[in-house]
Amino acid sequence: MELDVRAQLERLTQRLGGEGATLTEAQRLSGGASMETWAFGFEGRDGPERLILRRRSAPFDEETARSISLATEAALIRATGANGAVVPQVRHLCDEADGLGEAYVMVRVDGETLGKRITSDVRFDAIRPALARQCGAALAPIHATPPPPGLKLKTVDAALELDRYEEVYRATGAERPILELAFQYLRKHQPEPVEPVLLHGDFRNGNIMFDPERGVAAVLDWELAHIGDPAEDMGWICTNSWRFGRPDRPVGGFGDYADLLAGYAAAGGRSIDLSRVRFWQMLGSLRWGVMCLTMYLSWRDGAEKSVERPMIGRRVSETEADLVVLLEQGL
Amino acid sequence: MITHPRTEELAQSVALWIEQIRPSLDPRNAFLARVAANAMATIGREITQGPAAEAEAVRLMAEVLDRTGDHAEMNTELCARIRSGELTVETPGLLAALTVMARNQIAIDQPGYKAEGSL
Repeated sequence: MELDVRAQLERLTQRLGGEGATLTEAQRLSGGASMETWAFGFEGRDGPERLILRRRSAPFDEETARSISLATEAALIRATGANGAVVPQVRHLCDEADGLGEAYVMVRVDGETLGKRITSDVRFDAIRPALARQCGAALAPIHATPPPPGLKLKTVDAALELDRYEEVYRATGAERPILELAFQYLRKHQPEPVEPVLLHGDFRNGNIMFDPERGVAAVLDWELAHIGDPAEDMGWICTNSWRFGRPDRPVGGFGDYADLLAGYAAAGGRSIDLSRVRFWQMLGSLRWGVMCLTMYLSWRDGAEKSVERPMIGRRVSETEADLVVLLEQGL
Repeated sequence: MITHPRTEELAQSVALWIEQIRPSLDPRNAFLARVAANAMATIGREITQGPAAEAEAVRLMAEVLDRTGDHAEMNTELCARIRSGELTVETPGLLAALTVMARNQIAIDQPGYKAEGSL
């Protein structure tokens, strides 16, 4: 049975805002098949509050899933925030009394997340040249946060990622020469092992809230957080699928490699070679290509019915168009 | 082939109809309708550009593999010989051939995509 989220938000409002607090807005923002995001607000004892609810609407097994639980997500946002990272404030971790299932509430942050607007909208023209450096600076305190004990975070490195995505690719049965060549090339050019750190895991244009005046306002979407090579987070934001039509600006479609790395170092991050970032960037394109294949297969095998899925399958060729250029250029 | 209308024109007419009704849909269905219209456009491009793209891929793969054959069997062999390490980025002509094949495919799937190095 579909949960009446609005009714539960009325109850939650009483809990958070005190008796007599009134829900002033509740709107579902987005969400895929398994995750919902709601914007809501209330007028409580201590004045108005504007909040975001994230809740899971499908069963989840943290042992086998690639993503982390929402409780883990909230714990990481709190821990990295306490270490100086620019993240939303977690207002409340939901429990059984809330009747919302697995969920947490954070304070709403204003700004823009649509990648295309960050790269192209005139509102961001003035701040845009500063954003790559800010993104580097935003990563440093995340990577420097000791992972809170007791959380189930996976540790990966380049070899494990290549193994995992090649296994998924083989299982699809697809035969794509450019993806094959990228796997072979990346296996031969794996970077030296490095001391692993806490990673955001999905650090890209689209998952960062930007303010047109101040720049980075909050790092969002923590569900793929894990432990690994710090250059992985940098390579992912440089992957061309997240540059939204501006391949000439390698960092997110808004900035340059040097600014990303300089911002990271100036904020206390360790020195990272560009070639290491480029390795993870190329692996990022390959990973997105394999993910597009699996999204098509979820439609072919009947698990998903949306027309969106087979069309995402046709996005494999965008990663191939990027990979041939990266393979030509080298790391 | 029937030319009045051609197949790609049928696809185009469906895409146009979807665009006409899109404003009357709720946000989620309006989004999916745009995806559906894009799918019709892709079908149209595959019909008009696909045969030439496949013929060029067959010619390029035949050069790299030094054999003849149809698209599917040469594609399978190309993948196998890359996977085995016999063909690499150093192999003369391989990357150049793959680049042409990738450009032809993106021109069908997503002609507006700005690939790495394209600006």
